Amino acid sequence: MKTMFQTSTPGRKGVWPKAADKGAAHFLPDNLLRGRDLPLAELSELDVVRHFTRLSRLNFSVDGNMYPLGSCTMKYNPRFTEEVAALPGFARLHPLVPQIRGAGKLTQGALEVIYHLEELLCELTGMAGFTLQPMAGAHGELTGVMLIAAYHRDKGNKKTKIIVPDSAHGTNPASATIAGFNVVSIESKDGIIDPEALEAVMDDQVAGIMMTCPNTLGLFERNLPKIVQLARKHDALLYYDGANFNAIMGKLRPGDAGFDVVHLNLHKTFATPHGGGGPGSGPVGVSERLLEYLPISRVVRLEDGQYFLDYDYPKSIGYIAPFYGNFGVFLKAYAYILRLGRQGIINATENAVLAANYLRKRLENHLEIPYNRICMHEFVSSAVNQAKKGVRALDIAKGLLDKGHYAPTIYFPLIVHECLMIEPTETESKETLDRFVDDLIDILAKSETDPESLHQAPVTTSVRRLDEVKAARAMELKE
Amino acid sequence: MPYIPHTPDEQQAMLATIGVPDMAALFADIPPELRPKSFDLPQGQSEMSVLSHMEELAARNSTDLTSFLGAGFYDHYNPAAIKALASRGEFFTAYTPYQPEASQGTLQAIFEYQTSICRLLDMEYSNASLYDGGTAIYEAIMMAVRKTRKRTKILVSQGVNPIYRTMLDSYTTNLNLELITVPHNQGQTDVAALMDHLDEDIAAIIVQNPNFFGSANDFTQLFEQARKNGVVSILSVYPVMQSVLKTPGEMGADIAVAEGQSLGLPLSFGGPYLGIMTCTKPLIRQMPGRIVGKTTDVDGKTGYVLTLQAREQHIRRHKATSNICSNQSLCAVCSLMYLALLGPEGLKRTAELSIQQAHYAAERLTSIPGVSLYNKTPFTNEFVLSLPCEASKVINALVDKKFIPGFPLGRYYEGMDNMLLVACTEKTSNQDIGILAELMGGVL
Repeated sequence: MKTMFQTSTPGRKGVWPKAADKGAAHFLPDNLLRGRDLPLAELSELDVVRHFTRLSRLNFSVDGNMYPLGSCTMKYNPRFTEEVAALPGFARLHPLVPQIRGAGKLTQGALEVIYHLEELLCELTGMAGFTLQPMAGAHGELTGVMLIAAYHRDKGNKKTKIIVPDSAHGTNPASATIAGFNVVSIESKDGIIDPEALEAVMDDQVAGIMMTCPNTLGLFERNLPKIVQLARKHDALLYYDGANFNAIMGKLRPGDAGFDVVHLNLHKTFATPHGGGGPGSGPVGVSERLLEYLPISRVVRLEDGQYFLDYDYPKSIGYIAPFYGNFGVFLKAYAYILRLGRQGIINATENAVLAANYLRKRLENHLEIPYNRICMHEFVSSAVNQAKKGVRALDIAKGLLDKGHYAPTIYFPLIVHECLMIEPTETESKETLDRFVDDLIDILAKSETDPESLHQAPVTTSVRRLDEVKAARAMELKE
Repeated sequence: MPYIPHTPDEQQAMLATIGVPDMAALFADIPPELRPKSFDLPQGQSEMSVLSHMEELAARNSTDLTSFLGAGFYDHYNPAAIKALASRGEFFTAYTPYQPEASQGTLQAIFEYQTSICRLLDMEYSNASLYDGGTAIYEAIMMAVRKTRKRTKILVSQGVNPIYRTMLDSYTTNLNLELITVPHNQGQTDVAALMDHLDEDIAAIIVQNPNFFGSANDFTQLFEQARKNGVVSILSVYPVMQSVLKTPGEMGADIAVAEGQSLGLPLSFGGPYLGIMTCTKPLIRQMPGRIVGKTTDVDGKTGYVLTLQAREQHIRRHKATSNICSNQSLCAVCSLMYLALLGPEGLKRTAELSIQQAHYAAERLTSIPGVSLYNKTPFTNEFVLSLPCEASKVINALVDKKFIPGFPLGRYYEGMDNMLLVACTEKTSNQDIGILAELMGGVL
């Protein structure tokens, strides 16, 4: 499809503010003014509307397709939450208003949303306090590791290491490194953390252990009590990566299980649309001993029921975001939680796990399933057998696109060869799940009878297999 | 059960296929001693009831304010077409384009975003967005540190938004980095002092245009001097103003960053916003986040993919350029729609109207006895008033009349309790400015 620059027509106008009586040159000297052209596209409003409408049609999306992306939790996003986020009382609110003395009373509704959402997340996770500031899951990880660092620094502990199992999320090692720690990796055994392997690397230099539970293989970490014990012995803190929280709501609260820090991905678990992969929101919850290090500001409720911003936390790690976090995402998550309520949330988890196990069972005679036992909301399968015949996980993924399904997460986690990581979520109907399985089985059959057709896939999409190597070499990153 | 399609019969059939008697059996791996101690959440509500509750909360925020608050976050007019287009499910319920053939809409939009941003900032490369303008500065520092290797000092002008400088303090606490803040000189970025500090220990220098006090600058010489000393120069800008102001490219910046909120995103009480980041060619492999590149498919047809992924966390785990995984893709697409709707002339008109209104406001407000303009050099759409009393006194008196006359600088700058930062946009009317002048005159 042509780009907007290719269809641009000089002089064509879209939205057209009135002209100022005096131009910039009247107020600013020449040496401060832009000297070079500004070659943005010139389009009419209808040109713009058609351009983006056409572009949108080139996308798969949850609204149009099943999106079984492991670890991404692509469930249906209810529409009414968009209306909530667009209410002018929220959307038009300048974030500095409550920071002006006397003006906090003008933003009581917004502050109440923050306060109550924090409370709800505390109850969901069993943590003592929450910050909503982190703007994405990985940003929450970084915040969590910074909290761990602040705790040890304050106690005078000299700690340099963070342990990250190989079944944890890919961002964990990067987050720990960026926060200034050395990362120690440990290998899983039977798909979960092996306490002996953990014990072998535990020492007093370990500041924390970052766990994803259920992990990226979709398995619950059954040795959790032993891991907690080991961590306590060395005053290492336990970090819970909550990107897979959809699997466990109402069944396990990280706080009760002994975790000190947890991050949640509001955009995954609480059904906020991820438009092209964002914006996200990655609130962080902490146990009692980390409360005083949480970022500022914090929303506090006074005895008279008024809310205000409190900055008086001398041990705080400071500002993580310019203001309170991605407030527009909070609104959607908050409305979603209120809509579901206690039982609705438990139902979401149970049905997500039900759907994943149903798919696992229906596929077990067709794909290799390296850890074929009851899984949580996702499971990992492997196309090793198909790969021997030249059909790789990638080919299967592309074949699924032709059948109208988005593909599972492939080649992740890195520890499983020819990996296809499948997460159906609770919102796909049994017919959709069955159709997905039938289509997948059909593709797997083709890998025997007609592998070439899968090497050619996809053929129904707007473009066919794209040359990624060429993109990296040519580096055409703009027009 | 909201949003769950399975009937009890279907659930039974699925459980039977799995070979377990009930839902509880699916969670048998969780030991009893780990079960929740409580799960005391409210009962679910109907959509109508939640919506009306949220409307009540929204109504408890003041929407009829006349506000002159800016400080880096501005109330520009957002054309209606943006909301209509961005709420197409194919955009907002799609994910990170891991399967490019099924995501050409998002990928091409990001490619066009990168192009538009490069053209606006006059820089060579743009990524597909970061969280916000503050984390963009932090990521820019990290790029500079990687590029200059052993250097550990960062020079920051006090004219850079104090909110971002506070964020930098948090982010660098655990790292072997030293932030050196160079004070402003009566609201002006102290270029001479910054020049004096440039030496072989400095990895990066950070300045802002217009600076936090609204003053416009030319940093060409500073950046030239930085380059001579092997220092990476980082310029934070206000993107709307880039349609009229000398560009980062013209000044010779190595990295230019911005908060993209002013390009078609609502203020939304602090987020989601958009971190814009651009750089020159030698720095591209240090750039964090997603980047989209153009390529061809097996038939030779043009298409787009995520590229240069070897920098990223899902490949290099602890050696990645950053831990960033989510981006602000939808926000980036909204700002692309904004730029497409306004075009070069519309954006320039928006900037010029904002500048004109600010100068009118400055003229009206400084005609109040005891009030003077603090800026000594040219400003754009934001300026500082020097008042004969504490700024908060004026604000307090006006808040009750639903007017917020600006931001009190004493909150972030010592000794500036009498200073008020006032912002205008193309939405600020002469009438609002007139009422503000009258009200302020009445208090002083």
